[in-house]
Amino acid sequence: MTRMPPAALRRIALAASLGLSALLSPLVVAQEPIRIAFIDPQSGSFAATGNSAYRVLSFAAEHYYNSRGGVLGGRRLEVVALDNKAAVADAQLQLRRAISEGMPFVISGQSSAVASALSSGIERHNERNPESRVLFLNYAAVDPVLTEDACSFWHFRFDAHADMKMAVMADHIAANPAITRVYVIGQDYSFGQAVGAAAARLMPARRADLQLVGNELHPIGQVKDFTPYISKIVASGANAVVTGNWGADMVALARGIADAGLDLPVYTFYAAYDGITRTLGEAGRNRIHMIHNDHANPFPSDERRDFTRAFEAAHPDLNVTQPRLVNTLMMLVQAMEAAGSSDPLQVALALEDSRMTTMTGEQIWMRPQDHQLFAPLHVSVHTDEGIEFDLDRSGFGLRTVHTTPLEATLTPSSCQMQRPAP
Amino acid sequence: MADALLFATLNGLVTGLLLFMLASGVTLIFSMMGVLNFAHASFYMLGAYFAFSLSQALGFWPALLLAPLLTGALGALVERYGLRHVHRHGPVAELVFTFGLAFLIEELVQLVWGRATQDFRVPALLDFPLFTLLGQDFPAWRAFMLLLSLGIFAGLYAGLTRTRYGLILRAAITHPQTVANLGHNVPRLFMLAFGVGTGLAGLAGVIAGPVLGTWPGMAASLGSLVFVIVVIGGLGSLGGALVAALLIGLLQSWVIASSVGMADVLTLLGLSFPPEHPLRDLWRLTLAQVAPLLPHLLLVLTLLLRPAGLAGNRED
Repeated sequence: MTRMPPAALRRIALAASLGLSALLSPLVVAQEPIRIAFIDPQSGSFAATGNSAYRVLSFAAEHYYNSRGGVLGGRRLEVVALDNKAAVADAQLQLRRAISEGMPFVISGQSSAVASALSSGIERHNERNPESRVLFLNYAAVDPVLTEDACSFWHFRFDAHADMKMAVMADHIAANPAITRVYVIGQDYSFGQAVGAAAARLMPARRADLQLVGNELHPIGQVKDFTPYISKIVASGANAVVTGNWGADMVALARGIADAGLDLPVYTFYAAYDGITRTLGEAGRNRIHMIHNDHANPFPSDERRDFTRAFEAAHPDLNVTQPRLVNTLMMLVQAMEAAGSSDPLQVALALEDSRMTTMTGEQIWMRPQDHQLFAPLHVSVHTDEGIEFDLDRSGFGLRTVHTTPLEATLTPSSCQMQRPAP
Repeated sequence: MADALLFATLNGLVTGLLLFMLASGVTLIFSMMGVLNFAHASFYMLGAYFAFSLSQALGFWPALLLAPLLTGALGALVERYGLRHVHRHGPVAELVFTFGLAFLIEELVQLVWGRATQDFRVPALLDFPLFTLLGQDFPAWRAFMLLLSLGIFAGLYAGLTRTRYGLILRAAITHPQTVANLGHNVPRLFMLAFGVGTGLAGLAGVIAGPVLGTWPGMAASLGSLVFVIVVIGGLGSLGGALVAALLIGLLQSWVIASSVGMADVLTLLGLSFPPEHPLRDLWRLTLAQVAPLLPHLLLVLTLLLRPAGLAGNRED
């Protein structure tokens, strides 16, 4: 991870040749930090996820770059948490603040509604203010539309979108002949609906006798007790449940299933970390499956092990919940070094079609056509067997049971990108 | 279908009675002091967190007893040293005070216990399925919740109608001046009512925490429903609050269990819409999707048609 500092060398040479070294110390120029706005919820109901994500991101910046002399020849990375309270209006306010304070990069991910607002807001801003452009790195908002019809040159997504994940999930479910009747339940908003639609489209296409016996939407964040929904799942005769639920809705659903004594596999997108793994505990053992990237157990690489160990030593009550954020940061730095600058346009151009090996040891690729990242995807099971690093200090964690290689995750995109004039 | 309905009814009862435990405190406090306690659901959350911490040190059963007492004591202190001073500045100041208190408690909870969901579990003694009906278990814990809330209602009712304190309390609800003139210490009565009300909220938190999740958003998720119940039931009426709470609990549960939607209504009327109709989203709605809307719809209807609520006896 040691890097040549060509930009600084060039600057020193230039300053020396002009005889200005006494007036304009290259050291001062080199010390100016690169500030990254992390716009995610830091308070309110969804604060747990946003908060641990911020810790992971700033720890990665410190661990990989600042402690090793910074980037671009000595500049520090400074991650600034800007609280959006998981609300669109607050996110736009924080974006204004990031722009006015001259932060060239915005990282955000929770909620596709927030990400859509940020993406279109940044697109508009960059068009009108070419002198203060901003680059948006989306690490988790997975509504497909962000890299399809609503794609933007200034938006890069570092997570697989809902349709890609659902395709892998459908493959995995179809490979299990015991599953014939699938019940889909999700939160009633854009992402939950996208999951339901993708399941309805993909499941029956995978295997003729695989049928969808329910496609239920429940109000987001309002259901306190899932028992009535569980009754419907039982009545439908389902032998597997698929859900895109996250946060408290995920915990309550899994608990409802366990309390009702249903012995069904549950396929999820977000059933781990930030107290969820601990809450699921015994009840979810070998039952809850999660589709994700950067799989954890068996531990894939020494580098990942070192990072996890260092992070957990610094934050005893947290886990590396979003290794994707580390990928996002590393790819950003790689693009900055390649461009030799922190100018958003130059960095965006360098990010396009870039490839990288993650700390997990996997190859990832940023597709230039729609700025969608492709990486191997994994289905893991919630268990306490064969777990090297558990989550929530619960003894439980995720063990990989199925892997889809990068090439098999490629999906076509309808993105017609408006590129800035050169 | 019949078994699904039975389950829906049982669960509706559990939810309804839980809501009643919260609503009873709000209605008691409002009718006596004229304060709409926005922080009431926060005491419910505190009850759950207290019980979680206490159960780790002492085991669940002592926590079931101690956590509501602790919450009630805290509530009484809030009344004595906070609300009583604010009271002089009128109802708006009180409203804002409790509103601020709700935020304060939520942030404090996050400071002390963190933002993640806590691992608060049903005690092992009651962690078994009571009965199984066509593939679905009914947990013993829910039956316990049901019985405990019924017991609380009975106790509260008896306390208010059969004891001297209850008599004075009820008198203070309608005629606080007269009661004070008769030599009773009305402020202390208020403090007592506030303590009992918040204590009940704490108890609701203790029994709900293990099933509905112990997390910083738990107060906000229940808070608005409680006010709906109080208004529908009629301010100051315990019986009204009970009926309204059960009504809302059962209604939500039944509605979700049903699979009826707009599409069925249209089929019944012999109508159909082309898939590209601009209002197609509306015609695809199912009753289950609008379930959380129903209490608020009921609230609006109640205010329009019967402003005093189902059993309200005080109009002002």
